[in-house]
Amino acid sequence: MSNLTDLGVAAIRDGVRGGEFSARDVADAFIDAVAAAKPLNAFLVETPDHALAAAKVADDARAAGETLKPLAGVPIGMKDLFCTRGVETTAASGILKGFVPQYESTVSGNLWNAGAGMLGKLNLDQFAMGSSNETSAFGNVISPWRRPGDTAPLAPGGSSGGSSAAIAARLCPAATGTDTGGSIRQPAAFVGITGIKPTYGRCSRYGVVAFASSLDQAGPMAHDVRDCAIMLEAMAGFDPKDATSLDLPVPAWEAGLNADLRGKRVGIPKEYRVDGMPAEIEALWQQGIDWLKDAGAEIVEVSLPHTKYALPAYYIIAPAEASSNLARYDGVRYGQRVLPDGAGLQDMYAATRAAGFGDEVKRRIMIGTYVLSAGFYDAYYTQAQKVRTLIARDFEQAFEQCDVLLTPTAPSAAFVLGEKSADPIAMYLNDVFTVPSSLAGLPAMSVPGGVDKDGLPLGLQVIGKPLDEQGVLNAGLALEQRAGFVARAEKWW
Amino acid sequence: MSVEPATVKRVAGLARIAITDAEAEKLAPELGNILGFIEQLGEVDTSGVEPMTAVIPNHLRLRDDVVTDGDVRDKVLANAPQGEHGFFTVPKVIE
Repeated sequence: MSNLTDLGVAAIRDGVRGGEFSARDVADAFIDAVAAAKPLNAFLVETPDHALAAAKVADDARAAGETLKPLAGVPIGMKDLFCTRGVETTAASGILKGFVPQYESTVSGNLWNAGAGMLGKLNLDQFAMGSSNETSAFGNVISPWRRPGDTAPLAPGGSSGGSSAAIAARLCPAATGTDTGGSIRQPAAFVGITGIKPTYGRCSRYGVVAFASSLDQAGPMAHDVRDCAIMLEAMAGFDPKDATSLDLPVPAWEAGLNADLRGKRVGIPKEYRVDGMPAEIEALWQQGIDWLKDAGAEIVEVSLPHTKYALPAYYIIAPAEASSNLARYDGVRYGQRVLPDGAGLQDMYAATRAAGFGDEVKRRIMIGTYVLSAGFYDAYYTQAQKVRTLIARDFEQAFEQCDVLLTPTAPSAAFVLGEKSADPIAMYLNDVFTVPSSLAGLPAMSVPGGVDKDGLPLGLQVIGKPLDEQGVLNAGLALEQRAGFVARAEKWW
Repeated sequence: MSVEPATVKRVAGLARIAITDAEAEKLAPELGNILGFIEQLGEVDTSGVEPMTAVIPNHLRLRDDVVTDGDVRDKVLANAPQGEHGFFTVPKVIE
């Protein structure tokens, strides 16, 4: 028997069903891997009891001859942005230190109902604001990847960097992520795994710590396309508790997987050829085009003329929504309170928020407060929402000529921690290829395509029409089969 | 775009975040850079364009006007930094 921690979701599910190994064996193997991987700092809280309890339910059900649930025996990691009943949930912020939710987020609840167990809560950029996991109040997540002959710690991407690092290091076979401007896809690309952000509204936001509500969307991260399809089926679904939840049935994405792209058209947006893009990324993109041609697709060039305005629009809309959402952290109802001697209520708010929020969170709240303040609202926020309409229209027009779009996921491979943290705008540029589809609410996924000159993973992004996760997964599968990506981080932790 | 430390302090006040003069000095150029970056949106011609309100067409649902939740006072208060007699407590606000 090979190492159980090398297995993905489908292999574990099928192996437990077929009695090749027990769910308990799987849980034990991953629990040990998590406990032995402290240097990565991927987990904020470990919950072995949760994983073992779910494993017992799976093993007992099998022993009793019952039909097993879709994720029976599969232990997963939970990004610490999802409220989990009885388990500390901090969004990696000091202001929520000690917060123990009294209720369960819909997405995590859906996963437990599907039979999954939880190995622990995964580190992230504070309130999911960041692209490198350097804004967590509980320390950086370190990527399991390194450049050859170099021990400099690399970014696992962000904000779902605990999720990406944990999967790449085989600490869990899959994890939840959330994506506001690329927070599933960019970290997936940085560590050589797969991740999909579904159409906005597919996964309930109930119980997910809010960052920018019109953009936030949960999705799975895993080793391959099939595992993402299995996870997404369990996570998605209508939820009356979220006003933006889509009241639609969840398609059988796994059963619908089909890498034959004959009759499909793949659009290549010319505006994504940005200045200064490394030759390796260009080459990988061309390789991806050739792979999809090989899968039977026809390639068409398309134009998304407002692409360059997506990032500035995002950096108005997301901070504006964040400044409003994060107003709730006031030191009154939950989280930390700082009460200076003799302070009144207003001073308590200000002191609590000054102490509890990290620098990047404060920066974004203040940008948001500024653009929403009297006299500036129309010039910034309304203009950004109009540009957002234009960006969505660009995609609509492109999709008149094609079924999916193919682009790189990120403009570079993983960088060394600290390399970009001094310049917020350099950091924001990491999301240049992922933000436009977020603004348009479209399903999009990253699949590993190859490695750069240092052997670090590079990702390809597939963007689909609204609600066409199947088309995205199928194009992703066609890429995955041809890329044959097997590189993995050598264990040093 | 240039942002004055006084503006930073005013915005921080609106956002209820206490900052020192030194922090305001440091944040002023940072916010100026970010605002300068987002100002390029001004060059987009958006005349006749409606601001986006819903990214995926959806309709607002109504439900029956009945109580579906409640009786959870202790759960609501469970994470309060300070709760007394079944209430959240805050510093005195009326002299």
